[in-house]
Amino acid sequence: MRPWACTVLLLFGLFPMSSGAANIVVGGKIFTEGYILGEIAAQTLEATHVSVSRKLGMGSTGILFEALKSGAIDVYPDYSGTLAEAILKQPNLKSLDEIRQALSPLGLTISGSLGFNDTYALAVRDEFAQKHGLQSIGDLIAIESTLKAAFSYEFMGRQDGFAGMMGNYHLTFNPQNVNRMEHSLSFQAIEKNAVDVIDVYSTDAKIKKLNLRLLRDDHNYFPQYQAVWVARQSFVEKHASEWQTLLGLEGKISERAMRDMNAMADIQKFSFEKIAAQFLGSDVPKSESLTNKVLRRTREHLWLVGVSLLFSVLVGIPSGVAAVRFRAAGQAILLSSALIQTVPSLALLCFLIPVFGVGTQPALVALCLYSLLPVVLNTFTGIRSINPIHMENARAFGLNRWQVLVRVVLPLASPTLLAGIKTATIVSIGTATLAALVGAGGYGALIVSGLALNDVPTVLTGAIPAALMALAAHGMFELLAIIFIPAGLRRRS
Amino acid sequence: MLELQHIFKTFEDRAVLCDVNLVVPKGATHALIGSSGSGKTTLLRITLGLIPFDKGYVKINDQALLSFTQIEWADRIGYVPQDGGLFPHLSGKNNVALIAKLRGWKRTRIEDRVEQLRTLVDLGEEILARFPYEMSGGQKQRVSIMRAAMMNPDVMLLDEPMAALDPLIRRSLQQELKSIFKRLDKTVLLVTHDLGEAVYLAEHITMLHGGRIMQTGTYRDLLLNPASPFVTEFINAQRTLPDASEFH
Repeated sequence: MRPWACTVLLLFGLFPMSSGAANIVVGGKIFTEGYILGEIAAQTLEATHVSVSRKLGMGSTGILFEALKSGAIDVYPDYSGTLAEAILKQPNLKSLDEIRQALSPLGLTISGSLGFNDTYALAVRDEFAQKHGLQSIGDLIAIESTLKAAFSYEFMGRQDGFAGMMGNYHLTFNPQNVNRMEHSLSFQAIEKNAVDVIDVYSTDAKIKKLNLRLLRDDHNYFPQYQAVWVARQSFVEKHASEWQTLLGLEGKISERAMRDMNAMADIQKFSFEKIAAQFLGSDVPKSESLTNKVLRRTREHLWLVGVSLLFSVLVGIPSGVAAVRFRAAGQAILLSSALIQTVPSLALLCFLIPVFGVGTQPALVALCLYSLLPVVLNTFTGIRSINPIHMENARAFGLNRWQVLVRVVLPLASPTLLAGIKTATIVSIGTATLAALVGAGGYGALIVSGLALNDVPTVLTGAIPAALMALAAHGMFELLAIIFIPAGLRRRS
Repeated sequence: MLELQHIFKTFEDRAVLCDVNLVVPKGATHALIGSSGSGKTTLLRITLGLIPFDKGYVKINDQALLSFTQIEWADRIGYVPQDGGLFPHLSGKNNVALIAKLRGWKRTRIEDRVEQLRTLVDLGEEILARFPYEMSGGQKQRVSIMRAAMMNPDVMLLDEPMAALDPLIRRSLQQELKSIFKRLDKTVLLVTHDLGEAVYLAEHITMLHGGRIMQTGTYRDLLLNPASPFVTEFINAQRTLPDASEFH
């Protein structure tokens, strides 16, 4: 391989990493309400003139929790029930005080309730409620024999769902009239008057859209999913006044307000920034144009792919060469890079957060590890498939080991080798979309927020450029083949 | 002068070469002949310095192989591998010039030397620009000879140079080789399994069998005073075509 050609590879992907000096990092989960609450926290903090960086739309509860513990984010919105069940594994903890106490040994704390409870609720059409004078779940007793219901599989299956509720309120529905169906279908069913009552999450945007009324849970039967801010204790101590500002939102977001905001996002397709600004009564921050947004995401994506590509070339090729030369070590190298490949990407990202935090770093590490195998393997097979007579001849002509490698072995292996790098690149363009789940940005951020809103156009603003980038990579490698693969070999490739 | 004296070589307790002596005087062409398994390939690799040997010595112009590094030795022996052994990724010219480039020769010096050798092996300029897959068998052989001669070695070593060629080309290239050797004025060791070729190209022949030298001498010696029945057997095994009288 020619030295100047190596430089071309080196230069690829050298884009400046964009990271302003951020004081406070706000996280948020990957669904509409998580984005909105995260944006509200971010704008509230920005109003106190601190700089804030947003890591919204991050993967699962587990990822956010790890990110918070490691200090990669400072604060994020979550729900009391989720904290008790998914993180503390103590579903019996009910009150916020109990939960706060249990979190304390982990170095974490929570605010009071932001004012709403996003839990199971029963919903009926508003005119149906008026006709039968329905206010709370208990009121259903009067019409229980004729009531038609559609409940989700989860609600029917959970201990604290259907069965428990029937016992708690002494209700007996006619089993003939209780349908199990997919959650989204039950909204259609109640809209078309096919059923009278369905189970919903209390802040679902569709409640407003379909003009449904929630029945009060007078017995406090359903588990509490109070929205709270979760933060590290050290952050609370260091940024006491900012934390106080966030606490100022306690009790300020009613169930209705949250529902309205969800509807603005899901149905009216307002931006999260705009919704949060409107709620806070502040000016709508100037939102980025679509072109700028896509450009910024392109730069982030290119950075992720470029660095991992560079790594896979700089580490993968020498590893492949070493794997040929040293049998035992070679098998170890091949096996370990194959093992990495079998770890699901989301799991790998989760493992990396405690070490590398969130953001670009863990994403880069994961991408580097994933792009290693195709390069190592193809270097190995490429070299192994060379007729050994060429190596022996080269030595007979007086080439030293390095010259044999550079002048004979690598050029002869270059078609296979380049194919490996190409595979690594295209795989990493695809995998890099997952980097958004740990807050590394890229096209994944657009896809993820589009998915959260069930908004196909937004998904496409990420998915189409990602596909185009893969096509461009394909084209680029066709070009690189002309540069790197010696003309004498091209006929065969 | 190329000198191999008392060469012994064992592979995993199996004697592959046993007391092999071979001397090629300066400017002479010598053929090493033997069937497959005779040890001739091992002897060739030893002479090239590619593998170690147990006993004996290899010398070129009274300088011993073991006193050089592999790379220094390589410049003393011009090697023409089987089928030419050109690197498929390099053009003919780059194959010829590769070593000189690595040794830091000036561009003009390389150009001059290539041109000189091209004339010597009588090869068209356009052929040198081609890649090996675009060349005929004979063209590859000539390019390979140019490459072997590039560093002006004292000794040329050719491994089965005609094996892959069809009979007609073989015939004309044999004649060509004879005059090339003459013009090069090098000490040449030719490894072959074809007695006819050996007789045609070389003054002296060394016959190797089972890792031992059966006989060294001219074809006349081998034919009239065979050192062992094997020599006669080998000579008789070279099939000759019946002449016209046999069809009357």
